[in-house]
Amino acid sequence: MKKIKNLSKNGRDSLLCYAIVIIAFVAVQAVTAGGGLSSSMKGLLVPICAYIVMAVSLNLTVGILGELSLGHAGCMSVGAFAGIVVSTSLTDSVGAAPLRLAAAIAVGGVLAAVAGVIVGVPVLRLKGDYLAIVTLAFGEIIKNIVNVLYIGRDASGLHFSILSQKFELAEGGKMIINGPMGVSGVQKIASFTSGFVLILLTLFIVLNLINSRAGRAIMSLRDNQIAADSIGIPVTHYKLMAFVISAAFAGMAGALYAMNFSTVTAAKFDFNTSILVLVFVVLGGLGNIWGSIIAAALLTVLPELLRAVRDYRMLIYAVLLIALMLFNNSSLKRRLLEKRGMRQMEKLERAGKGGA
Amino acid sequence: MKKKLSMLLAGAILATTLAACGGNSTGGTNGGSAADAGADTGTAAAGAAFKLGGHGPLTGGAAIYGNAVKNGASIAVEEINAAGGAVQFDLKFEDDEHDPEKAANAYNALKDWGMQLSLSGVTSKPAEATSADHYSDRIFALTPSASAVAVTEGKDNVFQMCFADPNQGTASAQYIADQKLGTKIAIIYKNDDVYSTGIYEKFTAEAAAKGLEIVSTTTFTSSSQTDFSVQLNEAKNAGADLLFLPIYYDAASLILTQANAMGYAPKFFGVDGMDGILTVEGFDTALAEGVMLLTPFNADAEDELTRSFVTKYQEKYGEVPNQFAADAYDCVYAYKQALEAAGCTPDMTAEALCEAMTAQFTSMTFNGLTGENMTWDATGAVAKSPKGMIIKNGAYVGM
Amino acid sequence: MTFLNHLISGISLGSVYAIIALGYTMVYGIAKMLNFAHGDVIMVGAYMSFCATNYLGLPAIGGVAVAVVVCTALGIVIERLAYKPLRQAPALAVLITAIGVSYLLQNAALLIWGSNSKNFTSVVSGKPLQLFGGALPVSRVTVVTVAACIVIMVGLTLFTGKTKMGTAMRAVSEDKGAAQLMGINVNTTISVTFAIGSGLAAIAGVLLCSAYPLLVPTTGSLPGIKAFTAAVFGGIGSIPGAFLGGILLGVIEIFARAYISSELSDAIVFAVLIIVLLVKPDGLLGKRVSEKV
Repeated sequence: MKKIKNLSKNGRDSLLCYAIVIIAFVAVQAVTAGGGLSSSMKGLLVPICAYIVMAVSLNLTVGILGELSLGHAGCMSVGAFAGIVVSTSLTDSVGAAPLRLAAAIAVGGVLAAVAGVIVGVPVLRLKGDYLAIVTLAFGEIIKNIVNVLYIGRDASGLHFSILSQKFELAEGGKMIINGPMGVSGVQKIASFTSGFVLILLTLFIVLNLINSRAGRAIMSLRDNQIAADSIGIPVTHYKLMAFVISAAFAGMAGALYAMNFSTVTAAKFDFNTSILVLVFVVLGGLGNIWGSIIAAALLTVLPELLRAVRDYRMLIYAVLLIALMLFNNSSLKRRLLEKRGMRQMEKLERAGKGGA
Repeated sequence: MKKKLSMLLAGAILATTLAACGGNSTGGTNGGSAADAGADTGTAAAGAAFKLGGHGPLTGGAAIYGNAVKNGASIAVEEINAAGGAVQFDLKFEDDEHDPEKAANAYNALKDWGMQLSLSGVTSKPAEATSADHYSDRIFALTPSASAVAVTEGKDNVFQMCFADPNQGTASAQYIADQKLGTKIAIIYKNDDVYSTGIYEKFTAEAAAKGLEIVSTTTFTSSSQTDFSVQLNEAKNAGADLLFLPIYYDAASLILTQANAMGYAPKFFGVDGMDGILTVEGFDTALAEGVMLLTPFNADAEDELTRSFVTKYQEKYGEVPNQFAADAYDCVYAYKQALEAAGCTPDMTAEALCEAMTAQFTSMTFNGLTGENMTWDATGAVAKSPKGMIIKNGAYVGM
Repeated sequence: MTFLNHLISGISLGSVYAIIALGYTMVYGIAKMLNFAHGDVIMVGAYMSFCATNYLGLPAIGGVAVAVVVCTALGIVIERLAYKPLRQAPALAVLITAIGVSYLLQNAALLIWGSNSKNFTSVVSGKPLQLFGGALPVSRVTVVTVAACIVIMVGLTLFTGKTKMGTAMRAVSEDKGAAQLMGINVNTTISVTFAIGSGLAAIAGVLLCSAYPLLVPTTGSLPGIKAFTAAVFGGIGSIPGAFLGGILLGVIEIFARAYISSELSDAIVFAVLIIVLLVKPDGLLGKRVSEKV
């Protein structure tokens, strides 16, 4: 217990992140084992995991690096479709579903990282809203291209074409991505456990990065880029680093997400999905990783809980979202926090007196 | 304090204006939702009714279709429950926002509720996402309007009330060739939409076989669904005398308006998604004069069944029903017929019902709003004959 | 001639983007916030005009007036309830609240007017103008929209340049704190900005739906995003930039569709946008702001 107190604030935050995720995982497993979890909640588990990874990775760009990205869903899309191609291709050769899933997630992450580099190198010199709009543009471009992408597989290997299906598949071949028709009949191999492992991996990398030298360099860019530049921090290098890592995890989340549904279309990963993830990040607090985790889980479950109010569901969701944002920044919350802080101070003082 | 009060007042005034205006417009929307709530929360005594679930887009850009299905199914359920036969239904319809992810959530919520029979999804991709679940959970599904082949493919317990997309594409090409409606054909389709692309692909294949010449093919997506001047110009310059529009009526209404503005008047040929164009509030039906379409449902038909359905729908929701609503209405009655024929009772499990329904649907013949002597084959596709309609004086006339 | 036809189509699409972008850029330039609910205020404006002309039987100009009044009031209410409490909060918090407002307006519209689409009756009647003996039809809505854009542009420039309120707005946009010290009521100034922005949105909504008459609760969201793109393209905060950006975006979109590929037109538009921003990182007419430590 004492050790926890002695940790720095960052250390305590990291510990809190792991604790939340692990406790939630154990609790869910326990409830599931007891048969107490409704199918509705069970169905949400993997999407929640994917959204948590999305939110944590976007927080790296928006909260830690301080650059607004509106195209995070584009990276997710790259990962999702890459993952589907990999897992479908491996169906015959690799029997074990977890292995296939791992391969899909890994390839999804790598390809999304490549996309991140392609996007990042030219655009990271833009600032603020201009960077935001360029990331939005890349998200739309990816969506548009995936929409006209045809990938099929037969005995002779993978076939690609764009705009129309320009290849003929040999006997027994199968279309994997069929242009606008999207993907059909994906094997649902994603599981809550795999999502949990992916979250832990994300947290491990992102938290270690934040608490490292590189992380402090990245944060210095957020706080004052000119000052950081002047003391010799390589701006582009660290910006790209944060951006690419963020893209890679979005790709992994995409692969996990795609493996949870039997069908996916490019249109799912549009501007609205990017915005949704941004909402998680801002609501959870910029730079606050455990906040992102809780916000992502909460806002994914909320619309489902609101099914009871039927026609007013999305209306109430919108009102709650506004109310949460207002509360988050209100003087009421500040006062509540202050009160708690005062009480803790008093306790410490008393303890101090007792000790003396 | 004073300031706050005045703001509140301003807000209240604004809200009343909006509400008053809305009341004027549809007259039924508000009342409708209240009535729906009635239909949702069990009109029949608990345990004595079959739990019928369904999901579709009730909010967002595709809300038109989901609400039509929900309303059509609600009317059928109310009629059946009011008549008080052996078969009673308890209907629950969940929102899926036209998103496969939300569709999976909606499906799970329905499963928690204890759904025994399903209307599956309204739109193709969401329905495809849950049809895999329907299959593995052995819950029988009859979708009113999800027309993609992938919805039923490989699932023995998922059936369709609407035509499958390929059938529509093929039938349209045959119809155009047989009736010699046009020689040079232009196509505008929506290439990020499964429904539209599916019909387009089969249409071109059949058109080639029938020797129809396709002179122009252009596309649009949901993010460029406003300006069609380029597509129309291309069709015009290619000398197309027939424009095939395998798209929904909202975009089609824009195309008709813009074609009229540029003075381009080919023959227009649509598929079942075109149905509903005459009911768009404020739409100048003169623009749709001469538009041909293949549709299973005609709201102006004179038969008893259609008239009663259309009247009830208008009374309750303040608008003319389209084919989505009619398909949903038929789904519920098809269920009724099948359940009665198989002698099913509400205390049976979903799995037992699934078995009975699969056997019934592959063997029975059903007459409804959207066709007579409908039959289903083992793949789940329906066989009914599309009616060729032409719009004359703002109403459908059989071709 | 086909080229000219496409150019005219591009301008008519672009003029709609431009008129929406003007409202966007005006609010951004002064309040420094991306009002993602702008597109939905446009939708409300179009519905109000539709209701006023179709149900109350007002003439077209009356419909526009009703739309402007209601949207201005709506803008003030939204600003007071949702944005004002966040004056001290980070810019992103306001952005997310604006997204919440956008969801709210869309879903309220869905409940009020239902999901069925409505066909908007154009406020500008009459046959298209025929240039070159009918070979080049130009829709009257386009002419009116371009004219409205120019009037609004000039009006806004004069207003911010010459009036006392306008000067206050520019002061607030430069430095909120300093403006307050100089006795400018920052809150009122920002509220007025929102009121004007929302009034412009109403006009944009009417003209958008006159050109492309499909009216559903999501009518505003997509043109809203495109217009935001246009505003950034032209240099966000710059009033002439918004006009230029809007027109160019429309023309590029139509040309991409006509001469390259209709399937890839969205990708091409955004690719051009990226290239332009890489060459001119502050947009076409944006001001280069030098940064200090």
